[in-house]
Amino acid sequence: MIGRRKFLKRAILFIPAAGLFRHFVKEGHAKPASGGYDPANHLYGMGIDIDKCIGCGRCVEACKTENNVPKEPFFTRTWVERYTIKKDGSVEVENIESRKGKVGEKATEADVLRSFFVPKLCNQCEHPPCVQVCPVNATFSTEDGVVLVDSKRCIGCRYCIQACPYGARYLHPETRTADKCTFCYHRIVKGLLPACVEVCPTQARIFGDLRSMASRLVRFKRTKRIHVLKPHLNTEPKVYYGNLDGEVR
Amino acid sequence: MNRELIERLAEHLNEVTGFIYPNEVEIHWSILIVVYPYITGLVAGAFILASLVQVFNVKEVQPTYRLALLTALAFLIIAPLPLLLHLGHPFRSYEIFLTPQLGSAMAMFGFVYLWYLMAVLLLELWFEYRRDLVVWSRQAAFPMNWLYRILSFFSTDISEKAVAFDHKAIKIITLIGIPSAFLLHGYVGFIFGSVKANPWWSSVLMPLVFLMSAIVSGIALVILLYMVIAPLRGEGVDMKCLDRIASFLFYAVIVDFTLEGLDFIHRLYESEESIKILSRLATDKLFISLWVIQIFLGMLLPLGIMIAVKSLKFNAELRRLFYFTSVILIQLGIFATRWNVVIGGQLFSKSFRGLTTYKMEVVGIEGLIAALGLLIAPFIILAVFLKLFPASETAEAKEAVSS
Repeated sequence: MIGRRKFLKRAILFIPAAGLFRHFVKEGHAKPASGGYDPANHLYGMGIDIDKCIGCGRCVEACKTENNVPKEPFFTRTWVERYTIKKDGSVEVENIESRKGKVGEKATEADVLRSFFVPKLCNQCEHPPCVQVCPVNATFSTEDGVVLVDSKRCIGCRYCIQACPYGARYLHPETRTADKCTFCYHRIVKGLLPACVEVCPTQARIFGDLRSMASRLVRFKRTKRIHVLKPHLNTEPKVYYGNLDGEVR
Repeated sequence: MNRELIERLAEHLNEVTGFIYPNEVEIHWSILIVVYPYITGLVAGAFILASLVQVFNVKEVQPTYRLALLTALAFLIIAPLPLLLHLGHPFRSYEIFLTPQLGSAMAMFGFVYLWYLMAVLLLELWFEYRRDLVVWSRQAAFPMNWLYRILSFFSTDISEKAVAFDHKAIKIITLIGIPSAFLLHGYVGFIFGSVKANPWWSSVLMPLVFLMSAIVSGIALVILLYMVIAPLRGEGVDMKCLDRIASFLFYAVIVDFTLEGLDFIHRLYESEESIKILSRLATDKLFISLWVIQIFLGMLLPLGIMIAVKSLKFNAELRRLFYFTSVILIQLGIFATRWNVVIGGQLFSKSFRGLTTYKMEVVGIEGLIAALGLLIAPFIILAVFLKLFPASETAEAKEAVSS
């Protein structure tokens, strides 16, 4: 039993302690714009937990709505691939969006060795080939680690689309400029999560600040076996896949 | 929203075999981007042929000297158009000059182009034609005399000393011009060869292959034009000249073939991750354009013909016929080369798991008709040039050359 005096003393101490604790566990999200967002204090990345993705496609839908991406399946900032690896060694891959409404032949359970979903998006590379080739500086890396396109400057030459090893870029049919995932930059600078992360029902997408040791992303990187896509191209992606299968390219 | 584009892409989606990334359904670089390296290749090749006369003193080739330079200029004028038409925002193209990203190979286009046009081709042509322009400005009636006068920048000196200076200047410009022509087309090859994301393009040999195929196509074009234009002007075809250029063409084709063969063997031997999809690409999607048109019709057959001409003693008429056939086949082959690089490089997925199809539009900015228009335009420009600035030299000019 603690006495009244002791309880009050501890309660008063708890308030600044909780504040301190909150400071330490802060996700490293940006402060609201009014609080003066400083990009130099952040470095954003995303983790993808392959084991958690159920292929519901809500991330794709949310992204298209949030970012005015055309609804058609051949223009997209993010997509989800379904891999079916059969016992005979053959691999079947499909984009879950383009399968909508189609009834294909289904592999029987006995044939399948393993199957999983892989969400894809711009890898926000540390050495982005798209930025290297842009003739007019329309695509650039921000200080906080996001690759963006200035649609007012882009001349629509599509060299960046050719240079991206991940197929993450497309030419927006309305603006006639290159478009790609921005980690929902307009949201993250306000301390919000990217739309795809926000709607993911299984938390398969983990967004965070690589500069903050307490961020969920850094924890994810610490606890999972991490792999990035096409590491041999030396693009140094900032999208990290947990338990990625060797078949994924 | 562009309904027609969406319908076309939906059609493409049905043609996909295997898996491709969703953004790969649209083929981003179309027939216009095939035309662009084809045209710049002709420019570089024609110029290099012209420089044989100046730098290497190959006198037999003299009758084609001016024709080659004018051909290079006519094609160079059209060269940026396919790029411009292809841009999503052509009116922003000036950004390449104003705020270029110096690390981008494409940003260099404007500078390489301007350098080649202004510092090499126009300057060399001006010195070459200056004497004639002065003569024509005196002989021609109004308003042509004024045109020639303005084009000669009101120079009047056609003394022996002045003409000798012209010739000296031409030699120096050609010396700068050869590496510039190499730069112009080697750089186009670099645009493709430096894309590490695309194993069909990414090759250190790409600029060299582009360069050699450029020389082949440029020389072949000048032969073709010379064989058509000389009889039209009522002059006979100078067989000594023709045999000599055809001989250069022969060696250029051999070097080109060797380089392409080396590239092929190297890929096959290294047999990297992408080899399976590239093999499927080459044997399935590109079978006709690569094996039949580029390699057999465009390279082996003309090589065979030229070997036959070299080893057997044909008469002049038969030789002309064989050369004519060869250069047309070579043009076809080089166009197919450009097609196979540009379109071929986009028909497989960077996931290496599937192939897609390119369906060319017929009408529309990026369609077949626009491409044909761009290919025909340089010939019209060349016809105007030849009318204004006859390539056959005046008797006086010939004397000046021989002196």
